[in-house]
Amino acid sequence: MDRYTRVMKTDPLVKEFDYNIEYIHSYAQDSKFFTSLGMGILLGSECKKCNYRYGTYRKYCMFCGSETDDINLPLTGKIHSFTTCYYSGENFINETPYTLILVEFEGIDSLFMSRLVNKENKNVYIGMPVRAKFRRLQKFDVNDVYFVPA
Amino acid sequence: MAYKSRNVYMISGGLTKFRKYNYDEDFRLNVKNAVDYALRDIKMDIGDIDGSVSAYFSDHFLGQLIAGAMTNDYIGMSGKPSKRIEGGGATGGLAFQTAYEEIASGNMETCLVYGFENMSHVNTWRGNDLIALGSDSNFDYPLGGFYTAYYALMATRHMHEFGTTERQMALVSVKNHNNALHNPFAQAPMKINVDDVLNSPVVSTPLKMLDICLMSDGAAAAILASEDAAKSFSDKPVLIKSIGASSDTMRLADRTFGDVPLLPNETKNDYKNLKYPGVHSFKAGRLAAKMAYERAGIKNPEKEVDFAELYDAYTSAEIQAYEDMGFCRYGDGGKFIEEGRPNIDGDIPVNMEGGLQASGHAIGATGIMQAVYAFWQLQGNISRHFGNNNLQVKNHNTGIIHSHAGTGAYETVTVMEAV
Repeated sequence: MDRYTRVMKTDPLVKEFDYNIEYIHSYAQDSKFFTSLGMGILLGSECKKCNYRYGTYRKYCMFCGSETDDINLPLTGKIHSFTTCYYSGENFINETPYTLILVEFEGIDSLFMSRLVNKENKNVYIGMPVRAKFRRLQKFDVNDVYFVPA
Repeated sequence: MAYKSRNVYMISGGLTKFRKYNYDEDFRLNVKNAVDYALRDIKMDIGDIDGSVSAYFSDHFLGQLIAGAMTNDYIGMSGKPSKRIEGGGATGGLAFQTAYEEIASGNMETCLVYGFENMSHVNTWRGNDLIALGSDSNFDYPLGGFYTAYYALMATRHMHEFGTTERQMALVSVKNHNNALHNPFAQAPMKINVDDVLNSPVVSTPLKMLDICLMSDGAAAAILASEDAAKSFSDKPVLIKSIGASSDTMRLADRTFGDVPLLPNETKNDYKNLKYPGVHSFKAGRLAAKMAYERAGIKNPEKEVDFAELYDAYTSAEIQAYEDMGFCRYGDGGKFIEEGRPNIDGDIPVNMEGGLQASGHAIGATGIMQAVYAFWQLQGNISRHFGNNNLQVKNHNTGIIHSHAGTGAYETVTVMEAV
């Protein structure tokens, strides 16, 4: 590591220790969910055995362990809960304030967490109709889908 | 579930003061100070301990792996069996239960469990980010890398479902910060009122700065023993009456909508139209409490539990925990604090020493810190350790300690009893 050494204190001796990791992150069995976002498709899952319908993609049912089928989720739903963040983790601090929502879909048993892009963060409420939008230039993360007021 | 074991006692506990940063003592010395405190208090030697369990949450905070082994030799336990337990915010609670299992199973006669975290080695924003890696890194973390947001989503829904208010949440913060004024181990004692909390900067609606726990440097240690060992080392052991644990989905979005697992003092009619837990409540907390109560023979926690150390990482979470623990019905948590019932002079005091809000949250240490506080309460020894008796609860026969990982992905409840 060929860079400067930053000493912050001498008694006790405190120095900066820079340790970065470039992860090779594989979406593995979840890959199809992320590639589908580029085609404007929001995938959920349905258990072949117990027919539970998941609003967040997973390849195996958490109740019976059976493999699930992919299903297309509706692109409209309602806000189940929400929060507007004025602080965040370091990697997202420049994106504040942002609003996170849990979306409920008609006929689907569980929820989906996403960002709500809205002109006015104050006008968000539980039960508010929202619709999915997709990033035109994919970054291949879960923010390739986001929601706006319907 | 089969459940039969030897009796397990806690015979001593020790703490360091929790601080925002401590660059003078590293994690090894922090643990040593906590362990020495516990040994001194009972006149035991480190050689009297059969083995240890170490508890710390994140390898990222220190940039040091296998830190448990480093600590173990530093305190003079080299050669003895030792293992590390990790489970998010429940790390300390889980490790305490693991030490219990070491004694209950007959594997050890005496067992030391210690927890630590030195969170000051990264800045607060990076700390938030690292903690958020404890959420699904495909579906949750990239949305904002922020645990407060997940708890805020739950708080928003709790308010919607039950009418809980931000003022009621603020009352929790006021109680815990003011309690901590009398606790010399606490990181952030503060004389504050409801308006101070409501006017503190908004972090993630509805949660504000003073609704949220601290990041801390600190350590805690507890010594557990079999009945024979407890008799030979202590004249005032505390019985660990039972342990309970449960788990729930890591992703908040995967939470189910079913029926409430009832405690003996509740009926189906109490919750006719409630879809449970959704994201308003912590099912793992309820199931952990149910297991611990059944094993301890507690039929009505509202009457039989004298005090509790609850996981108040957020004020909303303490209100939710009143309900999960069965201190009141689901939906009545806000009223519970409004009526002053968890206050030091209430009928079920909660987080008398300041909780995670004000005493501090050095993650791996926290569950063990709770056990130490509960132990001192049950012994009636608060004044000896705090130098004043303001936080000693009047009734101190039965107490519980409770911790969370994630948004309740793991939860533990342990019942402790004066002997």
